Amino acid sequence: MIDATLVELSRLQFAMTAMYHFLFVPLTLGLSFMIAIMESVYVMTGRTIWRDMTKFWGLLFGINFAMGVATGIVMEFQFGTNWAYYSHYVGDIFGAPLAIEGLMAFFLEATLVGLFFFGWDKLSKVKHLAVTWLVALGSNLSALWILVANGWMQNPVGSEFNPDTMRMEVVDFAAVIFNPVAQAKFVHTVAAGYVTGAVFVLSISAWYLLRGRHEALAKRSFTVAASFGLAAALSVVVLGDESGYTITDNQKMKLAMIEGMWETEEAPAPFALFGIPDREAQETHYEVKIPWVMGLIATRSIDQEIPGIRELISLSELHIRDGLLAYDALETLKVDENNAQARQTFLENQEYMGYALMLKKYVEDPRDASDQQIAMATRDALPNVFALFWSFRFMVVIGFYMIALFGLAFYLVSLRRQVPRWFLRVAFLTLPLPWVAAELGWLVAEYGRQPWVIEGVLPTFLGVSSLTVTDLLITVAGFLVIYTTLAIIEVKLMLKYIRKGPEEEESADDPARLDERFSPAFTRPQE
Amino acid sequence: MLFDYDVLRLIWWALLGVLLVAFAVTDGFDMGVAALLPAVARNDGQRRQVINTVGPVWEGNQVWFILGGGAIFAAWPALYAVSFSGFYLAMFLILVALIIRPVAFKFRSKRDDAAWRGRWDAALCFSGVVPALIFGVAVGNVLQGVPFHFDSDLRPFYTGSFFGLLNPFALLCGLVSLAMLILHGATWLQIKADGEPAERARRFGLIAAAVVIVLFAIGGFWVSNMDGYQVVGGLDPVGPSNPLRKEMTTEAGAWLANYSAQPLLWLVPLVGFAGAALAMLGLYARIGALSFLGSKLSVAAIITTVGVSMFPVILPSSSDPGHSLMVWDASSSHYTLGIMLIATVILLPIVLLYTAWVYKVLWGKVRESDVNKDMY
Repeated sequence: MIDATLVELSRLQFAMTAMYHFLFVPLTLGLSFMIAIMESVYVMTGRTIWRDMTKFWGLLFGINFAMGVATGIVMEFQFGTNWAYYSHYVGDIFGAPLAIEGLMAFFLEATLVGLFFFGWDKLSKVKHLAVTWLVALGSNLSALWILVANGWMQNPVGSEFNPDTMRMEVVDFAAVIFNPVAQAKFVHTVAAGYVTGAVFVLSISAWYLLRGRHEALAKRSFTVAASFGLAAALSVVVLGDESGYTITDNQKMKLAMIEGMWETEEAPAPFALFGIPDREAQETHYEVKIPWVMGLIATRSIDQEIPGIRELISLSELHIRDGLLAYDALETLKVDENNAQARQTFLENQEYMGYALMLKKYVEDPRDASDQQIAMATRDALPNVFALFWSFRFMVVIGFYMIALFGLAFYLVSLRRQVPRWFLRVAFLTLPLPWVAAELGWLVAEYGRQPWVIEGVLPTFLGVSSLTVTDLLITVAGFLVIYTTLAIIEVKLMLKYIRKGPEEEESADDPARLDERFSPAFTRPQE
Repeated sequence: MLFDYDVLRLIWWALLGVLLVAFAVTDGFDMGVAALLPAVARNDGQRRQVINTVGPVWEGNQVWFILGGGAIFAAWPALYAVSFSGFYLAMFLILVALIIRPVAFKFRSKRDDAAWRGRWDAALCFSGVVPALIFGVAVGNVLQGVPFHFDSDLRPFYTGSFFGLLNPFALLCGLVSLAMLILHGATWLQIKADGEPAERARRFGLIAAAVVIVLFAIGGFWVSNMDGYQVVGGLDPVGPSNPLRKEMTTEAGAWLANYSAQPLLWLVPLVGFAGAALAMLGLYARIGALSFLGSKLSVAAIITTVGVSMFPVILPSSSDPGHSLMVWDASSSHYTLGIMLIATVILLPIVLLYTAWVYKVLWGKVRESDVNKDMY
């Protein structure tokens, strides 16, 4: 049987490296677009202050981008190093979007990002602008393919288990790409990235304005961030990815856990504003409910029922028993691949085979499981309700706060009034919040998927590589040391460049003079 | 489906080779330059000059490696699972090097502090030397066979150890790989740099080319006496990807069987030698373009030599030869290979097009006097 410590350490390492990677991704997604917008203004108006803005935010973008690339490499290879059985089991489906991501997206951003920094003197204005837009496009396409892969883990469509190869195989690639869970996740995730970029620019601009430094640059950046941020903050809440949570049993479980909803409620279900979910007692204490809201958010309807946790748990016991039929048939097929009857039994029950695999945590051969072991495996279907309930709520609160913040910022800048100092302070202090919300969002999505790595198909503990605990201790410690060191260096460098501010003069308010000073270097190079 | 399953498997075996060669030919010179950095550039101006020769392109070049990982995952999932988990700690070292490299490029010149820059230069050198060495060591182990097996669920088990990887033949392959990439970095610097760094690189390149020729020859003799792997039966080129259904044996010299069957294949290792000799000639005569062409050919041919010697074996198992991964039993499904081929046929030419454009824009030498304008 698989060593439980090995499983826990493998999960810890993945969570650690993935969450760390996602500190850099949302800023890349958002900042790349904002820089492209700033440079577009420069190219259209010819005002060099906008080029200075592009270069200044581009410098911070570059520091962040390098970290995103460095930590992303680990993600691409970690499935193979630490989740070898997972890689064998679903590589036929899961590998394709990762490979296409490399071909279509990562190549684009990584190849052109060098020209963004080195190409100012070598390219015409318009060509350089095109490079900047393509970098932004590349990073966003990259998110699309990664979330197609991740969405499939949440809702494994378009695939079937093949008893001859002992793995899942694609039967409908279009279904994998147009997976509604993946699409919802993509829109929600990139919008969250745009909010992150907008908060970053808004917050640092507010800091400059508070100190009376680089005001021309800071004011314009503040305006861009306010408008871009408002649009993004509205999208991120309106296009929340819980809309995908109604599709499958486990997604429904996630929804019920987010709600601490033990019993099935009549449609439209209420939203629990507050509560303390208790896993042992299977109830939520001190609940404060707002009628209708959850039904509306989750089902976009008033008549669709959302099942409660208890109902879903009793369903999983039925699934385990059906799954055992499939498992038994598969064992027959392993020794006698031409047994037509076993093949038939397998085909009829294969949908639930993953549930039988859950028993491998307790017994070598799931067919030998006792009723008590089946009850234990059933209970495993229920992760930590309390953590999910509150992670979701903090994320949502931050989401609504962002709408208020950017709404107000947009109102203030569009009136062209002096932005009050208290607001600048609030904007500055908001800096960490988008990252908190993004990490909480991933916690809800991935921790909420447990005990499955591929929902209903493969339990997480079965996915690990056959490594030793020592192997894992070495690499967990190694990643911890390297990532902590790099985090310290990265933050220090960011702070250094933010403190130092943009390269240009304080008197940048006078665009005419600046244009004159800088234009010779930026005319079209001789073709 | 446009192609039969066996044809698609063959195409994806070739594409795997193309990706590895593209990675070694592009990112290889980045690694070579990084490895040479402390030796060829003696002051900060020269170091920035040398770093800037690869500064704008290494990031795109590195994507060949990422894409290689993604393509192995998608087209050869069993290979992805067995090799990366089997070579776990070696893989970790490569990842460490590749994490440090982007950061080192980006952060090095962001502070005006000699000690800070010195540390990042050392990190860059590490990030060039270590992967170059480990890739070679890994190939050396693959040629000898790797101790792994599957259970009936096709869960892979690796039974070797990290230090077991460091055997004499594997270390020899590691040195071939290191010398080959140092040569490649040195010839790149002939095209992209001038002054002292280029001159020093030239001398290192001449030595590296000689080392490549000698060690590649020794490796060849070693392989000709080594146990190779051969299929006895049970392997169907269009059968399901299940590596438990065949029988294999080992036999001394079996890795040369393909050459006896198809003598034209001897051209491949021959180009490996000829390329290194051409690079040497180019370096000697100070014709940068010729030397770079030579090292490119040599890198590509040496990697291809490994592939054609082993075909159709991809990853032999030394503990259970019957569990070895073959072109015919370790691939993705027919459907996935087809979809992936369509994606590649559409997207790869676009990638090559804009990559070529970027190199064209950046054409010309990087001089020490240029560096202060640029970012690194």
